[in-house]
Amino acid sequence: MHGLTAEEWGIVALSLRVGVVATLAALPLAFAIAWLLARGRFPGKILIEAIVYLPLVVPPVVTGWFLLVAFAPAGPLGVLSDGVLFRWTGAAIAAGIMALPLMVRAIRLSIEAVDRRLEGAARTLGAGPWRVFWTITLPLSLPGLLAGTVLGFARSLGEFGATITFVSNVPGQTQTLPLAIYAALQRPDGDAIALRLSALSVAVALAALVASELLARRMRAAMVHGV
Amino acid sequence: MGFDLQVSKRLGDAEIALRLEAGEGLTVLFGPSGAGKTSVLHMVAGLLRPDRGHIRVGGVELFGDGIDVPSERRRAGYVFQEARLFPHLKVAANLRYGAGRNAAIEEVVQLLDIAHLLDRWPRTLSGGEAKRVAIGRALLSDPAFLLLDEPTASLDRGRAQEVERAILDIRDRLRLPILMVTHDRLQAERLATTMVEIDPMRR
Repeated sequence: MHGLTAEEWGIVALSLRVGVVATLAALPLAFAIAWLLARGRFPGKILIEAIVYLPLVVPPVVTGWFLLVAFAPAGPLGVLSDGVLFRWTGAAIAAGIMALPLMVRAIRLSIEAVDRRLEGAARTLGAGPWRVFWTITLPLSLPGLLAGTVLGFARSLGEFGATITFVSNVPGQTQTLPLAIYAALQRPDGDAIALRLSALSVAVALAALVASELLARRMRAAMVHGV
Repeated sequence: MGFDLQVSKRLGDAEIALRLEAGEGLTVLFGPSGAGKTSVLHMVAGLLRPDRGHIRVGGVELFGDGIDVPSERRRAGYVFQEARLFPHLKVAANLRYGAGRNAAIEEVVQLLDIAHLLDRWPRTLSGGEAKRVAIGRALLSDPAFLLLDEPTASLDRGRAQEVERAILDIRDRLRLPILMVTHDRLQAERLATTMVEIDPMRR
């Protein structure tokens, strides 16, 4: 394969930036929601659950259009419109919203899998709620947290429908790999470019998955043999 | 002064009710399985809230009259029936989890003969080893009293005798009030200062 052109490098870099920012921004929110769903008991929980998982089942175009309405200058989040519309930040918001349900689901499962009897033991040893959280619950749910993060990142890299509806297809700002591939396919001579970009996205996704697997193995090894 | 409990708690369609007043030393809570012995220990430790009653240990009010001291401030050294060691921490870190700066770690390690286990992960321990580490972890958390739930169950006879010796040592040298659950009447007679029978749950 030939070396990448500067333009292609730019697309990869933008995709990574959007994916990383979207994932990192969504992570604390995903964890908070996952915690609430795993541990909380309150009326209307099923409704919260449904709303969180909604982007998973609604056509992405619809999610994108909702975002556009929300962030339009006259919309409820209009004050942010200058910083978001047609900008990479907007692409990150779209990617983050689309990745959120997958992250919540993975993290929630791992929180539910934490043996609560260990938390009780920690309390009898004098640990208050925060210390129990930081020293017992969080470390024990780390594998699921990692899985959720990788899943969210992969989903962010592949995000297309909501992004193109929300912030359009602006080279250098919102044109991530999938959008660039789509743009290339619109051109009569774009097949070769589309092929290269497709190969590129497979390579990026593969690298992310391998990296996460290696990380997970190191964590498991650390649990068994010590670091 | 030891334990002064009067608790009742409805669990499902069964009711646990217990009245217990015991002086210093080791109090054995004795009774058939399913009588709610472990639930009583949980209530004393603050992990289960009684519906009614009071809990006083060593003259300190832990529950009742509008008081409900949170578990982390009750200073209960609780050795659970299953060791409940933290799987992501090595034995040494498990021991140190509730320990203050001046905790006599070496002394406890010696008492329980677990020096060779310090660098191990909990999942690699045998049942008896894990139980001794759990006892050590509870002792090192500067407890005001101990709760022992079947401390020698799942141990072979040699190990059980060692753990019993350690318990007697704790009773007589550290002079901590101990509330212990067992279904082994002979063991109860060997160790108990006071023995209390708990009735099967009323349904």
